[in-house]
Amino acid sequence: MLRIQGLTAEVDGKQILKGIDLEVPTGEVHAIMGPNGSGKSTLSYVLAGRDGYVVTGGTATFNGVDLLALEPEARAAAGVFLAFQYPVELPGVGNANFLRTALNAVRRGRGESELDAMQFLKLARARMKELNMPEDMLKRGVNVGFSGGEKKRNEVLQMALLAPQLAILDETDSGLDIDALKIASDGVNALRGPNFSALVITHYQRLLTYIVPDRVHVLMGGRIVRSGGKELALELEASGYGAAQAA
Amino acid sequence: MSAIAPGGAEGFLHRHEGLKDHLPGANLPWLVALRADAAASFRAQGLPTRRVEAWHYTDLRPLAQAGFDAPLSAVDAAVALPAARAEQRVVFVDGRHRADLSSFAAASIGHWLPELQGRIAAPAEPMAALNSMFFEDGLFLTIAEGQDAGTLELLHVVQAADRPAAVHPRHIIRLEKGARLALLETSIGPTDKRYLHNPVWQVEVAEGASFTHVRLQQEGAQGFQLSTVYASVAAGGTYDNFTLNSGGRLVRNEIHATLSGPGATCHMNGAQLLGDGQHADTTTFLDHAAPDCASRQTYKTVLKGKSRGVFQGKILVRQAAQRTDGYQMNQALLLSSDAEMDSKPQLEIYADDVKCSHGATVGELDADQLFYLRARGIPEAEARTMLVRAFLEAALEGVENPILHTALEGAIEAWWVRHT
Repeated sequence: MLRIQGLTAEVDGKQILKGIDLEVPTGEVHAIMGPNGSGKSTLSYVLAGRDGYVVTGGTATFNGVDLLALEPEARAAAGVFLAFQYPVELPGVGNANFLRTALNAVRRGRGESELDAMQFLKLARARMKELNMPEDMLKRGVNVGFSGGEKKRNEVLQMALLAPQLAILDETDSGLDIDALKIASDGVNALRGPNFSALVITHYQRLLTYIVPDRVHVLMGGRIVRSGGKELALELEASGYGAAQAA
Repeated sequence: MSAIAPGGAEGFLHRHEGLKDHLPGANLPWLVALRADAAASFRAQGLPTRRVEAWHYTDLRPLAQAGFDAPLSAVDAAVALPAARAEQRVVFVDGRHRADLSSFAAASIGHWLPELQGRIAAPAEPMAALNSMFFEDGLFLTIAEGQDAGTLELLHVVQAADRPAAVHPRHIIRLEKGARLALLETSIGPTDKRYLHNPVWQVEVAEGASFTHVRLQQEGAQGFQLSTVYASVAAGGTYDNFTLNSGGRLVRNEIHATLSGPGATCHMNGAQLLGDGQHADTTTFLDHAAPDCASRQTYKTVLKGKSRGVFQGKILVRQAAQRTDGYQMNQALLLSSDAEMDSKPQLEIYADDVKCSHGATVGELDADQLFYLRARGIPEAEARTMLVRAFLEAALEGVENPILHTALEGAIEAWWVRHT
């Protein structure tokens, strides 16, 4: 599904990704772990197409399509979803309007019919109930005045509605208490299946006890330095990233 | 004989000499004196230049050069009108009341002139003086004590003419104790003709009365609108002004509001939506003259192309105005590197127990917000539209009347569609 080869990228003229090779097959959840500054968030932004993250070499294909050639909105329509580490506040944009506009834009991109307000509300309410989100979060401005946990749940709600084939979760666990972490993880796990893949980016092993990965990769200094099974996460937790690089 | 009309202040004075004996009320000595005083005041001040502090950011030279003259339109000319937005509409064409086009029997200044001695104000501001020199007509409306007049629409149309026309309507609105009125004022004109629309509003809100005044300035692309509102609000009364500046080439929306009785309230909100070649200036003077009054101002300007926006807002809190609650915010969104915004907030406070705040921001669309929307599949153009609308939202949310809100939304939508 996702194939990254020799990917290099720079930000503000500084090279951050120094040759990433990574393959996430359909139906698998892979974790990327690494210390601060290793390039984890840069990788997620490069895959989502953020301005200022300049690809200087290598390729990233998604279902055989050159992902890097697409506009961010086209990547979303193709089925890539980035759950932000720091969800952005949009004062003046109602959450319901935002969610419906996004959902219909993605549905249009996929050649599906748009949902009217009633159909949308029914769907959104059902998903919100699963995520234990109060209904008034639909009426508020997007992420405006949301707690850290509410913002992350709002990310998971967007993911549940947009039903991506590939979810990239950028430190979704940061700032979450254990209850919110469980709810967010349940949201991700509910999407797991033969046609869903995820790249779970995290600093800590904690999240991976709830979202159990098929593979774990260690990103350091802009390269994948080690890959292994889910037990690698526990090993890193015990011995630290320094040992991972040495091994 | 040269056919070229003199421009600038001299031109207006010259035309005043020629017209004054033919204007309505030329047989009323008090009005003749009022017009003569206004002409003397205008002669002394001239058309404001940028050397005058209140006009520092708005250059009237294009107006001075245009040589505007009185409109030539016939008083019964056929006019194409847009669909009415409220059930009751009063129509003015080239500054003159058109009962035949109106759906309710409003009184007009022109009709009642002999009765209006002492009711026509003679403000000192140069554009208002110009209006005093030339006004022919305007809406004359009194809402009786305790009456709720609902929502009315005032449509002002400038007709196409071969020479640059200047029209100067004078509107006088009075709400007696506890009366209520919502008024939607729309100004339109030909897209390809130069003209000047220079209305003056006299608004008087008595104790406990409430006037919501929504103004849609949608003049033609070559039109000038220089409007001045004078409002006074008595104890417990409310004056809400929302002005949308989306048309015209050179526009000024000047508001003078005085909170003259305890517990009076004033909201002045507005949006300026400017495209290439447009200049719009919002200038407000809020005079807190009584204790326990509240004022709120939120102005938003969106600028595209080579356009220029101006906001000047002064809040004066007099010594008697204890426990004043004043707030002023003015924000601009620059969508082009050629656009320019000038802001000048001013607080002048003489009372000691006062809560007054003001702020101003000028910025571009937020790149993080734009990326967030696009990462959710929303195409860039649609994402930009959403963010511009969100930017305007804070100014709009005070307009609760559904007819007014719908009209505003429609006008903003129309501007956006035209400029994308």
